[in-house]
Amino acid sequence: MSAILDIRGLTRTHGKGEQAVHALRGVDLSVAPGELVAVMGPSGSGKSTLLTCAGGLDQPTRGEVLVDGNDLVTLSRAGVAALRRRRIGYVFQDFNLIPALTAVENVALPLELDGTRSRTARKYAEAALQEVGIGELADRFPDDMSGGQRQRVAIARAIVGDRRLLLADEPTGALDSETGEAVLQLLRDRCDQHGIAGVLVTHEARHAAWADRVVYLRDGVLVGQAGPLADPDQLLQGSH
Amino acid sequence: MSIKHGLLALLREEPKYGYQLRGEFEAATGATWPLNIGQVYTTLTRLERDGLVRAASTEADGRSTYEITEAGRTELDSWFQTPVTRESRPRDELAIKLALALAVPGVDVSAVVQRQRSATMQSLQELTRLKRGDRDGEISWRLVLESMIFAAEAEIRWLDHCESILLRHRGRPAKQPQVHEADDTTEVTR
Ligand SMILES: Nc1ncnc2c1ncn2[C@@H]1O[C@H](COP(=O)(O)OP(=O)(O)OP(=O)(O)O)[C@@H](O)[C@H]1O
Ligand SMILES: [Mg+2]
Repeated sequence: MSAILDIRGLTRTHGKGEQAVHALRGVDLSVAPGELVAVMGPSGSGKSTLLTCAGGLDQPTRGEVLVDGNDLVTLSRAGVAALRRRRIGYVFQDFNLIPALTAVENVALPLELDGTRSRTARKYAEAALQEVGIGELADRFPDDMSGGQRQRVAIARAIVGDRRLLLADEPTGALDSETGEAVLQLLRDRCDQHGIAGVLVTHEARHAAWADRVVYLRDGVLVGQAGPLADPDQLLQGSH
Repeated sequence: MSIKHGLLALLREEPKYGYQLRGEFEAATGATWPLNIGQVYTTLTRLERDGLVRAASTEADGRSTYEITEAGRTELDSWFQTPVTRESRPRDELAIKLALALAVPGVDVSAVVQRQRSATMQSLQELTRLKRGDRDGEISWRLVLESMIFAAEAEIRWLDHCESILLRHRGRPAKQPQVHEADDTTEVTR
């Protein structure tokens, strides 16, 4: 099956000349339908940059980012925006929920922005909340929820509708280990049951271990990986 | 067992006396693994028997230096390149391996750490898969699994921590600067 996310030679440089920060240097990463990939690496190694480029929130300096066959680099801004509303779900570390909207309104928002009729959008949103296990909280405001519950709303918003790619930046950051585990279970199920491709950034090895494949970034370069798709010989040889 | 590989590592650059090996081994491992001179000679004798080292020169007082053989180099390289397995693990072996990788010039410490991290992550993934496949299994089995998961996780964190210490340490000038002939034929150098 062809990859949902296909990143080739991704380079992202901030600034120019002496001051240039090379956040990513020639990263290749391909994620198949149903596959969950975890990205680990020290602080500043480029994990968030990789995710924002994959999600069309940031522009690469060089390289290609293909989502479902569309190159985000050459696509028009409107094209990228549409792809983001329809095909890409993004879970931000700080959740990014709108406090003035209830849970179900937050989740329905990307669909409504995309022109789905209000009642239909709400129906889908309710289903997504149901799926992440907080259907009964649909009419609560984010401020009246726990961190774990808000996180579930953010995930529901990222999976609502027909998303193909789910990107999550430290989605378990502030959660205790049981709740964090439940979030992983959720991401895992999305990939297993709906053939979504997932990329998860995490500092926690126990959470990364839920992924099919774990890749490591250091100084903007992928330095190794673990998982069934890794070629054992290659692991023993180290990178390159 | 690591004493054997530790001595091979220290012989990688040049022939040495037994007492020298003992001192350098202790220096490289921060004296966390004290050796007595008897252990050193017993180990050297076994290494010699296995063709991994040979006596190089003998002084008037009967002491001799030892040098590593080609077979010894091959053995050493594969030790550095092979992650320590979770089954047969004295945690110390890993610490010693990292300390020696740092002490011996020409070994890519980050690569050694990364291979270990990937190997430990792989077992963590396997344990997690077992756990997922057994959501309503027996509580005792569940707890055993969790304990293995936490142990693997701790090791990965410890590796992250070691790596940052090692990298900082590497930035400093070596304690005992050694002039040695470049030896680019070995596999460990990359
Ligand atoms: N807008 C920017 N301008 C300049 N440098 C930036 C910018 N955004 C990110 N960087 C730099 O790019 C590098 C990679 O940053 P990134 O946020 O991807 O790291 P990260 O791996 O997500 O780290 P963390 O684990 O701390 O979240 C860092 O050195 C960072 O300082
Ligand atoms: Mg980040």
